[in-house]
Order: sequence, then C-alpha cells, then structure tokens
Amino acid sequence: MPTLNDILVLLPEFYLVAVACLLLLLDAFMKPEQRGTLHWISVVVLLVATYLVVAGQPDVTVTAFGGMFVRDQVSEILKVFALLSTVLVFIYARPYLVERKQFIGEFYTLMIFAVIGVMLLVSAGNLIMVYLGLELLTLSSYALVALNRDSSLSSEAAIKYFVLGALSSGMLLYGMSMVYGATGSLDLVQLHTVVTQSAMPHLLVFGLIFMLVGIAFKLGAAPFHMWIPDVYQGASTPVTTFIASTSKLAAFGMAWRLLETGLGGLSQHWQPMLAAVAVLSMAIGNLVAIVQTNLKRMLAYSTISHMGYLLVGLVNAGPEGYSSAMFYAISYALMSTVSFGVILALSRAGFECEEISDLKGLNQRSPWFAALMALALFSLAGVPPLFGFYAKYLVLQAAIDAHMLWLAIVGAVFAIIGLYYYLHVVKVMYFDKPEEGGADQPQADASLRVVLSINGLALLVLGVYWGPLLGWCRHSFGLG
Amino acid sequence: MIDPNLFQLVCFYAFGAVAVLSALAVISVRNSVHAVLSLVLTFFSVACIWMLAEAEFLAIALIVVYVGAVMVLFLFVVMMLDIDMEHLREGFVRFLPVGLVVAVVMLLEMLGLIGVRVMHAQTLGANPAGDSNTAWLGKALYSQYLLPFEIAALILTVGVVAAVALTLRQRQGVKHQRASQQVLVNPRDRVRVVKMAAERPADAAPAQEPQA
Repeated sequence: MPTLNDILVLLPEFYLVAVACLLLLLDAFMKPEQRGTLHWISVVVLLVATYLVVAGQPDVTVTAFGGMFVRDQVSEILKVFALLSTVLVFIYARPYLVERKQFIGEFYTLMIFAVIGVMLLVSAGNLIMVYLGLELLTLSSYALVALNRDSSLSSEAAIKYFVLGALSSGMLLYGMSMVYGATGSLDLVQLHTVVTQSAMPHLLVFGLIFMLVGIAFKLGAAPFHMWIPDVYQGASTPVTTFIASTSKLAAFGMAWRLLETGLGGLSQHWQPMLAAVAVLSMAIGNLVAIVQTNLKRMLAYSTISHMGYLLVGLVNAGPEGYSSAMFYAISYALMSTVSFGVILALSRAGFECEEISDLKGLNQRSPWFAALMALALFSLAGVPPLFGFYAKYLVLQAAIDAHMLWLAIVGAVFAIIGLYYYLHVVKVMYFDKPEEGGADQPQADASLRVVLSINGLALLVLGVYWGPLLGWCRHSFGLG
Repeated sequence: MIDPNLFQLVCFYAFGAVAVLSALAVISVRNSVHAVLSLVLTFFSVACIWMLAEAEFLAIALIVVYVGAVMVLFLFVVMMLDIDMEHLREGFVRFLPVGLVVAVVMLLEMLGLIGVRVMHAQTLGANPAGDSNTAWLGKALYSQYLLPFEIAALILTVGVVAAVALTLRQRQGVKHQRASQQVLVNPRDRVRVVKMAAERPADAAPAQEPQA
C-alpha cells in the first residue's frame, strides 16, 4: 500500500497536478482581460515546482509506489530543465498569443499537463509508467497543436501528428508486450537483471526493435522523422518551441530509461541500430535543411540532425556517453528556445516571421535580435566558443571512446555541411537589403526581451563556462 | 470422447484465427458497416480468449464496454453519415448476411467456451492466491498499480480538457434568444395606439379608412 513517504517522493508531480486542476477552475471564472494574471500564476507555479524538485531531492535514489516511480539525479536534471524551458515558452508565447486571440487558459493547463507527463516519463520505473507518461505528454501535445483551429495548416499538422503518434505508441506498446512476454517483468530494474538470462533472446530482440522504433519516432530521428517538418511548420510557434525543447528532454529520458535501465543487457543489439538511425538522421536532417525556404521548416530539419547527434552519444552505451547525450539534450533545448523565441519576438499581429526572407536585413532594423538569432544559429551549428560546440564535441568524443571513429567522422562531416544553412540565415540577416513587409520592430514586451536576452547570453556563458553543468550531468550518471 | 485439453487448445487456436481474420477484414473490406461488424467480431473473439485464460472480468468488460457501447455507437455514426431513410432500409437487407455471419461465429465461440467449461478442462492461466479474477484485479489496481491507475485518470482529464478546448467556440455576433427579457417585456413598449381624427380629403375621392 502507498504510504505518506511515497506521496512525499512524488510531491512536485502531485503539486503540479493539483495546481493544474485549480488553474482549470480559475480560468473558467476569469474574464478574458484578466488572463494576464493566469499567465504569471502559471510561470510562478512552474518555478515553485522547479524549487520543489531541487529542494526535495534525496541524496540517494529513492523509489515510490513499489518501484513505479524513481527519483534519481538523472530525472532531477531533466525535470529542472523541462520545467525551466516551459517557463521560457510561457514568457515568449504571451505577446504572440495575445495578438492572435489565442490567449486562452487551456494553453497553460494543457502545457502544465504535458510537463507532468514529462516528469512522470523521466522518472518511470516501470514499462507501464513509461507508456502512461508518454501518452500524457503526447495527448496534451496533439491538443496544443490543434488549438489554433482557424488555421488549416495547424489542423493538418495536428492530424498528422496524432495519426503517426498513435501508430508509434502502438509500436512501442507492441515491443513492450514482447519484452514482457519474454521476461515476465514490467519493472525496469528487474528487466535489467533478467534480460541477459532470458530463455527467449530472439523474442526480446524482436520487442527491442519495436521499442526502438517508438523511441526514434518520439525523438524525431530519421527514418521516423516524417512528422517533424509538418508539425513544426503547422503548429503555432509557441507550441513548436515546446515540442522542440521540453519534448526532446523527455524523449532523451525515455530512451535512457528503456535502453539502459531496462534493456542495458542488450546493448550489443541496440548499439548498431542506434548508430544507423544516428547516421541517417544527421544525413537527412543536414542535407534537406539546405533547400528549405521556411525558417520553421529549416529548424525542423535541424532538429532531426541534432537528434542524430544525441543518438551518437547514446551509442556509447556507457555513463560517459549518457552524460554527453544528456548534456546535448539540455544544450539543444536551450538553443531551440532562443531561435524560436526570436521568431516569436519578431512576429506581430497579422505577420508570421516564418520565411527566411522575412529576416532580410534584420541587423539594420533590430541589431540586438539579429545578434541573438545569430548566437543561436552559430550555437546550433556548433561554432566555438558557444554551448552547441562543446555539446557536439562531447558526443563525438563519446563515439570515439566506444571505438566508433567512423561515426565521429560522419558526425563531424555533417556538422560542416550543416554550417552552410545556418550561415545562410546569418548572411540574410546581416548582408541582405531589408525588404518591405519583412520582420520589422520586435515585440515591446519587457519580460520577453529580458528573458530572451538572458537565454541567448546563456548560450555564450555556458559555452565558455560549461564545467558545473557537465559536472552535474556526469555526477548523475555516477561519474566523478 | 474428446480430450478436454485438446478441445481447449483447438478452441484457443480457433478463437485466435477468427480474431486475426476478422481484424484483417476490418482494414480490408470496402464497406464501413462491414468493417465495424468485423471489429465487433474481433473484440468478441479476444474476449473469448480471455475467458479461456480465466480472465472473466476483463472479458466481460471488453464486451460490455467495447462491443456493447463503443462499437454500437460506431455503427450508429457510420450509418447516420448517410441520412437517407430509403437507403437505410435497403441497407438492412444488404448488411443482414454479414451480420448473420458475425452472429453465428459468435454463437459458435460461445458454445466452444461452454464446452470447455463443461469438460472441466484445465485452464490456461494460473489463478493467483485462489482469488477470483475480479477480486485479484481490484486488489492489484488499488495497491500495486495505484499510480498508473491515477495517471490514466489524468490522461482522461486531459482528453476532456482538449475536447472542450477544441470544440467550444464563442462566436461573435451570434443572435441569441434571451428568455428572461422576453418574459419581462411590457405590452405598452411594443404596441402604440395612435388616435387620429377622421379626415376627409378636400377633393371627392372615394373614402379611405384612415390608417391607425
């Protein structure tokens, strides 16, 4: 039976569930012009949750509800950055939503429910919990994508996301049932001990393949990336920001829980598969991004390539590799919030800053936002001394440590190819003549400007002063 | 006399084959009503397999919830898509053979199940702690699997919130009736009786009624 201690372990999650329900009620009784209050309440709620995660963190790994829920340092780091990136999404989204009459309470409550899904997913100690956490996250995401009902592009994206997402959930579930059939256990820790002595190794590998498909789909890695460009382009930009930042942290958490905590004993089987997926993602992402004219679509293909680099870290299948992949996931979440944040800041009523040509001559109109965008793009491209460079360096290092020099070389080659399309946008911003109807004056919202600037500068600061964050990541995987 | 164990095994494979074939039919037949009927048969066959494994509660729940409620709703929706009464009546005869086939296969499956029970065959599933399946399920759901159970509830909440957010739309400029104001209206505000003196035009035109 659950005890009070179990509930205390899950305090941040329970707190968020209670507050999300209260916010739903509050929203129903709120006049539309008071929504600004709801916005700030939601921001404070998430910051309090972050505090609860950090402050209540036990020194050793604890489990609750009979091993269903695991609270360890890995989940702590992922939760902190998932919550913080959602706070960033809230702050960047407000002016955009207000101008488009999409400033509704459901945006906030669905977002909080999705974050609860992320927190449960990264703390899952059982296959059932992995699945339920994932469903909570993705169901909320489908609804968030569809929330912009007047746009046919959004509806199309939502349908595509929903159908493909349901298919991948089915794949994941099918794989889980095969693994359960082969081992008779749903608990991830028990799975870890029994997979190596299973009487049905072929059935296990069969299940593993299906689970890998599910994971690759959620990460958006090729060849399961078809939904990413359409959803990124079709969803309203705040939702895209969320999918590009918080969801990716969750997908890393899920991959690590399933592949290492659960099926670590099968690493010789999943390593080559992951390596193939990583190479495909880096190739398709970086090559197809070159021909894109839509900025959001280009960033979508850039996501696919970044998920390839994240998988390069996972391929290492050791604590070094996992910590580098986690560092990569965090760096990607911070970089994508900056790039989409600038897009949000430059959009105004009746104008979406989505085409690359909209950025022409941005430097002459608002040099600071052009600088922030350039910072984000250079960081995404992996130019030293920015955050993205060090993250890329670490995952390639992890591949070399795993005696996969070829993978590191492929990664480096595609990073150089990728440099082209990032630099193309920088060139458009700094050397092209501004056009009529392009991005003009950015949003005047003070909180957006301040937070976006801090977020952008963090890419520079963390690129130089990466030690503490990397130390935290390494420590969580038991490295000194 | 047939060996009970053999009969049970035959039943298991028969149910499984029916489930797989009817599931294939769901996605391959062109007629949507046929597809829904095949889906009913799939659910029913799976319920029969669960019954063989002594998971009575799950089997009954599957039939009550999915076959009884969800699928009948599906059937209504599929049929209502084409609200042509003549067409519907014609459909009854057209869908009858498929409906009969589904019903007959269901009946055969039920008879097979009863046969297994009558022969007191050993069951596929082990019954933990000698409890009935329902009691065991209830205990597991509220102790060992309490947290997943609660999260499932949370997922349903998200479903409700999303459904409301996606369908509730407050349009501007929609004309409503306000019943309270209609009741409160004063007859004097609506009809004004104007008294006018009768007048006859100066020229000798035929008399016209003065308009009130």
